[in-house]
Amino acid sequence: MPADFNWAIGGEAGDGIDSTGKIFAQALSRAGRHVFTSKDFASRIRGGYTAYKVRTAVDPVQSVVDRLDVLIALTPRTIEENLDELHDGSVIIYDGERTTMENVEIPEGMIGLNVPLKRLAEEAGGAIMRNVVALGAACEVADFPIENLDSALEKRFGSKGKALVDNNKEAARKGRDYVADEYDHDFDYELETTDSDYVLLNGDEAIGMGAIAAGCKFYAGYPITPATDVMEYLTGRIEQFGGHVVQAEDELSAINIALGAARAGARSMTATSGPGIDLMAETFGLVATSETPLVVVDVMRSGPSTGMPTKQEQGDLNMMLYGGHGEIPRFVLGPTTISECFWKTVEAFNLAEKYQTPVYIAADLSLAVTEQTFPPETFDMDEVEIERGKVVDEESIEEWQNEKGQFKPHAITDDGVSPRAFPGTAEGAHMSTGLEHDELGRRTEDTEMRVEQVDKRNRKVETAREEENWEPREFGDPDSENLVISWGSNEGAMEEAIEFLEEDRVDVRFLSVPYLFPRPDLTAEVESAENVIVVECNATGQFADVVEHDTLSRVDRLNKYDGVRFKADELADDIKATLQEADQ
Amino acid sequence: MSSDVRFTDFKSDKQPTWCPGCGDFGTMNGMMKALANTGNDPDNTFVVAGIGCSGKIGTYMHSYALHGVHGRALPVGTGVKLANPDLEVMVAGGDGDGYSIGAGHFVHAVRRNVDMTYVVMDNRIYGLTKGQASPTSRKDFETSTTPEGPQQPPVNPLALALASGATFIAQSFSTDAQRHAEIVQEAIEHDGFGFVNVFSPCVTFNDVDTYDYFRDNLVDVAEEGHDRTDYDAAKEKILDASKEYQGVIWQSEKSIPYSEKHGVDADMSQIDDGAPEGAMDLVREFY
Ligand SMILES: Cc1ncc(C[n+]2csc(CCOP(=O)(O)OP(=O)(O)O)c2C)c(N)n1
Ligand code: SF4
Repeated sequence: MPADFNWAIGGEAGDGIDSTGKIFAQALSRAGRHVFTSKDFASRIRGGYTAYKVRTAVDPVQSVVDRLDVLIALTPRTIEENLDELHDGSVIIYDGERTTMENVEIPEGMIGLNVPLKRLAEEAGGAIMRNVVALGAACEVADFPIENLDSALEKRFGSKGKALVDNNKEAARKGRDYVADEYDHDFDYELETTDSDYVLLNGDEAIGMGAIAAGCKFYAGYPITPATDVMEYLTGRIEQFGGHVVQAEDELSAINIALGAARAGARSMTATSGPGIDLMAETFGLVATSETPLVVVDVMRSGPSTGMPTKQEQGDLNMMLYGGHGEIPRFVLGPTTISECFWKTVEAFNLAEKYQTPVYIAADLSLAVTEQTFPPETFDMDEVEIERGKVVDEESIEEWQNEKGQFKPHAITDDGVSPRAFPGTAEGAHMSTGLEHDELGRRTEDTEMRVEQVDKRNRKVETAREEENWEPREFGDPDSENLVISWGSNEGAMEEAIEFLEEDRVDVRFLSVPYLFPRPDLTAEVESAENVIVVECNATGQFADVVEHDTLSRVDRLNKYDGVRFKADELADDIKATLQEADQ
Repeated sequence: MSSDVRFTDFKSDKQPTWCPGCGDFGTMNGMMKALANTGNDPDNTFVVAGIGCSGKIGTYMHSYALHGVHGRALPVGTGVKLANPDLEVMVAGGDGDGYSIGAGHFVHAVRRNVDMTYVVMDNRIYGLTKGQASPTSRKDFETSTTPEGPQQPPVNPLALALASGATFIAQSFSTDAQRHAEIVQEAIEHDGFGFVNVFSPCVTFNDVDTYDYFRDNLVDVAEEGHDRTDYDAAKEKILDASKEYQGVIWQSEKSIPYSEKHGVDADMSQIDDGAPEGAMDLVREFY
């Protein structure tokens, strides 16, 4: 039996694919199995193919692979779309009584299970439960105790009453029994359960949870795929912690509302995707110039323009590093895993307040919409530290006043960080502006002051470079002469690719870089390696450019920009091919 | 807050660079008087301004202030007020700032009805960029970029506000000092979004909408016995293009400010040393 099990349900948007997939993923997670999910979805609500995929194992899983063991196909297209991943012995569950599935052909070598999903669902109380019938059928195929599914159904439907939960349990049993009775087949699978309890969440949810953990009280945003989940997560939750969410009229407004809240002293955040980042660019400069702490999340999707809204890409790095007119001191943090989405968000708030400057969180669609299981202590709230930086109060403010008793919010300091007075602080009234200003915050075009203020703001970055940790995460063989570098969501696939490569006796050292600015100096690592490959989801190699710039060395590039994330096995093959080419 | 605050306490020691005679002097003085009269002081006041001659106001006043980007002062004010309801928030801008680049924000700020005051210094011209047509410029008003006039009807900001569900709409004339300050004071005291369009003549680039013009055409609605809570009467005044009205034209008796509707009343600047109490429950939700 293979170590992991890959399952999917696919159909048309509107078929309830997402919630069905999630119920199965939760059932597995509650049964103490690790789960990694991924979604194929089109940018429309009805019509258009969508699928929810689940990979599960007893050991941690953190990427997708090119393999499907059991597929619930609600439409013929679901089979077509997944042909590459289906293999000899793959099981396809379908409802032959559904008009579109009547004459469906099961590819040779595969096992088709024709289960009257709708009819059985009706027997259990309603056609709407047909997907749950399919889940029951899948439990039988995978030899997975159906009681685990019960608890996920309780979670999903519990608030709607016991009768509905019972009907769903019944529907699942009908699916299971139908397969057991009608198909005399010994399937290859036996999904083991364990005593562990895991939590299952996606990257957007982890960012939202990280924000609340970090004391963020204020969020303003405008809906956009794939960042909307951050807003949906915070809505209704942040209020329980004394905060508030505003749905703005557009991104220009969102970042300005968030800026206002930050000026009032609240930890404040906005999240968007590429098109929204473009709109926010002007205010991003104001945030930096007025030295306001603000966290801006960019959940990247395929660009440019509206590109492919529901597809993966890491194409906004240059925008985050360099975007905006003039020169803008900023930090760019790039979480590499779903759990890091939580921790990097916490860190982003600390950096924003300590250095009074905007911080980008560079997330990507693959991190945002895929779910993964973690032991709950991964998000140990006792580990969360809050650093608010140089906030002055009524007593300490005197130190920062000029001879006329005026507060200096932009005082020139050695570390580049000035004092901060929340509005309401006595004797602290002051002005801030996007215009170049003096220490009091008043407009100036004085050449010396201009240089002093620019230097001061940039000095924050230098101070942070020295005081904070910008180290990469390291995997694989530290002595290997093959160095792979990546950022963002590629880490999971790469970590598993290392195992595939080991099976083929290829060793690699892998550095996953979670800090994009400032970032670790990789010169020594790059110089000591024979082959250096930078892996990223974009066409031009934006991070590869950065590495070449930093290390003054040429690197190889492995780019994927078809809208689909790297898969572990595919990535291993690509790396082998790149290394072979380099050898020639 | 102290009761002995004088309006001059809201003056900064920076000399305005507005042209001598600019209407913005009067507009600002009225705002400072209104703030002092309503018992505010510089340390509990937050002034947000956009870009333009009008936008410079935050520099000449003494309070907590942010001088933002063109057209986006209202969202900033919204964030400030929601994150700390104890602050008195005043947003100021020009007609170009508020009704052109910021028109979308204006409509939505009106709809939201956050308890703050919005003062627009309407000089019917772009002052700072030296005399181009603004959204409130007359149809035939010749400017450097519209030699034959814009040839489009001007925006009627009061109508735009009314159509967006405004709960307080007023208009004043910067040089009618006493009245202007009174009107702004009423806007501050209004429970919700108080909008005041101020005729604030540009003496350098607008030779049509001058002090004399406004003096000759201004009608005070208070003197006409106008009932500000009568929606139809307000609508009639707002759509009447034959006169320039001064006074509070519309005030809803049913205004419920945003904070009340949404229960946002905490000063959000104070947070715990670590994750807030109960944060671990957030993790448990994902079981
Ligand atoms: C994004 C952007 N576009 C254009 C400008 C240039 N700009 C500065 S002031 C101004 C017009 C301001 O007019 P108004 O709001 O009527 O104010 P006034 O100067 O008349 O008081 C413009 C277009 C800018 N600062 N930012
Ligand atoms: S240009 Fe016009 S609006 Fe600007 S300061 Fe001069 S008079 Fe006032």
